[in-house]
Amino acid sequence: MALTQYKYMDIIHRCFRCGYCKFPLDWEDVDNCPSYARHRLESYSNGGRLWLIRAWITGEIPWSEHLADIVYSCVACKNCEEKCPLSFSDDIINMVTAARNLMVDQGLVPPAAKKYLENVQLHGNPWGLGAKKRDQWMADLSLEPYRDQEFLYFVGSEGAYDSRAQSAARALAGVLQKAGVSFGVLGNTETDDGNEAELLGEDGLVEVLAEKNIARFAEHGVKKIITLSPHAYNALKNIYPRHGGEFAVYHYTQVLADLVRAGKLAAPKLAPVKITYHDPCFLGRWNNEYKAPRKVLQSIGGVQLLEMGRNRKSAFCCGGGSGNYYMDLLGGSADSPARIRVRQASATGADVLAVACPNCLSMLEDAVKVEGLESKLMVKDISEIMYGTE
Amino acid sequence: MDSVYAALVEIVGQDYVSTRTEELFTYSKDLGTSEPQWPDYVAAPATAEEVSRIVQMANEKNVAVVPLGGGLSLAGLALPLKGGIELDLKRMNQILELNEKGRYVVVEAGTSHGKLTAHLHKHAPHLMHSEPGAPPAATIGGNLAIHGQGDLGHPYGFNSDMVSGMEVVLPTGEVCRFGSCALGNSWYTLHPLPDVSMFMGWSGSTGIITKVSLRLFPCKKIQEQDAFVVEDEELVPDILYELTHVGMAEDMMVVSQEIPPPFNRLHYILINISGDSRKELEFKRQLMFDDRLSKYIQDGTGGIGAGGQEVPRPVVSKTSDWRKGGGFEYVGAIMPVTTYPECYKSGVEISGRHGIPYTTLGRVLGSGHSMMFSWTFAFNRADEETVRHARQALHETDEKVLELGGTLWKPAVFGQKLLMDRMDDGTLQMMQKVKHMLDPNGIMNPGNWEVA
Repeated sequence: MALTQYKYMDIIHRCFRCGYCKFPLDWEDVDNCPSYARHRLESYSNGGRLWLIRAWITGEIPWSEHLADIVYSCVACKNCEEKCPLSFSDDIINMVTAARNLMVDQGLVPPAAKKYLENVQLHGNPWGLGAKKRDQWMADLSLEPYRDQEFLYFVGSEGAYDSRAQSAARALAGVLQKAGVSFGVLGNTETDDGNEAELLGEDGLVEVLAEKNIARFAEHGVKKIITLSPHAYNALKNIYPRHGGEFAVYHYTQVLADLVRAGKLAAPKLAPVKITYHDPCFLGRWNNEYKAPRKVLQSIGGVQLLEMGRNRKSAFCCGGGSGNYYMDLLGGSADSPARIRVRQASATGADVLAVACPNCLSMLEDAVKVEGLESKLMVKDISEIMYGTE
Repeated sequence: MDSVYAALVEIVGQDYVSTRTEELFTYSKDLGTSEPQWPDYVAAPATAEEVSRIVQMANEKNVAVVPLGGGLSLAGLALPLKGGIELDLKRMNQILELNEKGRYVVVEAGTSHGKLTAHLHKHAPHLMHSEPGAPPAATIGGNLAIHGQGDLGHPYGFNSDMVSGMEVVLPTGEVCRFGSCALGNSWYTLHPLPDVSMFMGWSGSTGIITKVSLRLFPCKKIQEQDAFVVEDEELVPDILYELTHVGMAEDMMVVSQEIPPPFNRLHYILINISGDSRKELEFKRQLMFDDRLSKYIQDGTGGIGAGGQEVPRPVVSKTSDWRKGGGFEYVGAIMPVTTYPECYKSGVEISGRHGIPYTTLGRVLGSGHSMMFSWTFAFNRADEETVRHARQALHETDEKVLELGGTLWKPAVFGQKLLMDRMDDGTLQMMQKVKHMLDPNGIMNPGNWEVA
């Protein structure tokens, strides 16, 4: 039976499945779509996925757990949208998300996605950890609660709960303090930003999360927000306005780049080190910010910045987007995106793989261990490099 | 467990085998108007050795094997017409050797044309290969299996004329090499050994191409496109004759299409030229336009439509969106250049009858020895009536091609039958013998090129 409520029925049949969506900008190979790179079957390319979605919508094939896995294995990196030459390309991820909307409505999502959404709904974070533990990342830091400071520092769920990302969250707080930035935090009253919930198709939950965070911001008169995570940056900048949010949002690398330029933040001087930078999808392709992180890295003494072949609009995703850093639908293989990405980073000869996203940080550090590259390649968030975290 | 499935898992690994509805559905579909044909298994091998083992197993189990490259033939040539194993070869995508001085490159057959172009751009920017007009995901092996052509068709002919060596897994599983590589030498030439290569143009029904050595050609620093426009289609063969006489172009195509309006009823002869200097380009232009085409300009029958344009990478996928419908298919035929006017007129007539904006294109092959002429029919994948019209238009065009003395290129099964109906008996018997000799169990892409 056709699912007539599908929002993109008028365009989904227009995908020709020509395969442009798999390439990076320079055509190096058909492996820049993370889920296709992992599985190498056409069903996992975004063309294959759109044809499957349409077949499910029109009743040509039934729903199955495997279909749901395929639909949820898109990490929403937007590589496909960069490469697709057709006029509907801006809606490719929207078409996938709309299919997820229907699966959520019908209770047909993969178990890991269901757990993710349940945890966010009940506890305000994907891991189901206690909401009251949200501020433990800063327990031994003297950070001020947000009152009327210039900036709110929105830490996000990863920075608050993920042990690796906590280091970046703490380092960023330290850097902001060092630069004399006036900022405060919400502590336990912050909740998940909802970026992944939106991509997983749970619009109702996004609304609840956005309204809750927006109410908190309004209560405190927040005007300017710094986010640790590009995912939170995307949510606050692009999703929250739909729910009445009115504030300026900055990813922290944008703030640091401005501070360095204004001479308010002295970048550290390191022993000579080669660094390669991994563009996070939600800063790069989703929000077109490629310069600020590089400016920050270039301001650091002793740094030789090396680019991977796949950079900026062609950056290969770590595979963690759209909740996959938790669901891990693309794991378990030498072709898991994070493992491919650290091999690309290692091939540059860099000593450090710099990131500007707590999800990428965890994904890529795990991949470095699995690849046995610990002695050659360290994964560090830019905040950690700027703060001097060992 | 199904023994074929178990064997496939053992050969290529669990990740790269599927019998699930989602994969079978995906591989049952062609991008053109062909009806779906469902495989029983999908497998994605990574090496020729894996391909060989699969083929041997398929013989033992009497299961069909259908090799798939980029899946962009549009004519359903890699659809599993009799079920069996759909073999996705795109994991076989390594560039094995780039020999600059010898001007050849050895690749695994699942390598995409886009990847090879990018590789050459990065590692040997002064060399190029002939890239087809298909999307860059088209594979080297797939293109050869259908006798493809590309953007060096004018000076060097078919892409399958540019092969310097080949490795093939035969339908019975043996791995064979052809050309100098068969002697253990480098892959620099296909000739002069006895010609036993019977794999190009067979759409994978006589074996699976696994490695290819392709000739590379000089890639000049500057590449530009000029356009010469005429209204009278009868002039096109003469103009192409003039242009091929001087042989200055890298690629020559004649385009006429209803949409966009500036192309309607006009014939744009697109001429790609290249040079290492402006002086070289100007010399070539002088030979073509001043010496050969000025008479058409002077008598007002032709004119320069554009000059010195950047050479665009073809984005043929956009054709699929002309009807906002995600689909098109074309009849490609290898025609005498002199038939251009009739080809064009038939395209206008057939398209008009089916309510499809006409689109025709002729690409010169060799020094005008032939042209690939295509009649393109866009359709709306969500509207079965438009698909039916396009399919019917394709069949009518197939018949028209033969009426005009042409030869269908990469024909669908319908066109294959038309060709074999007209084929001389000796040739048919030879094809039958070749097929039976190489594929005694009839497992290789069955349904294609089957002599009745």
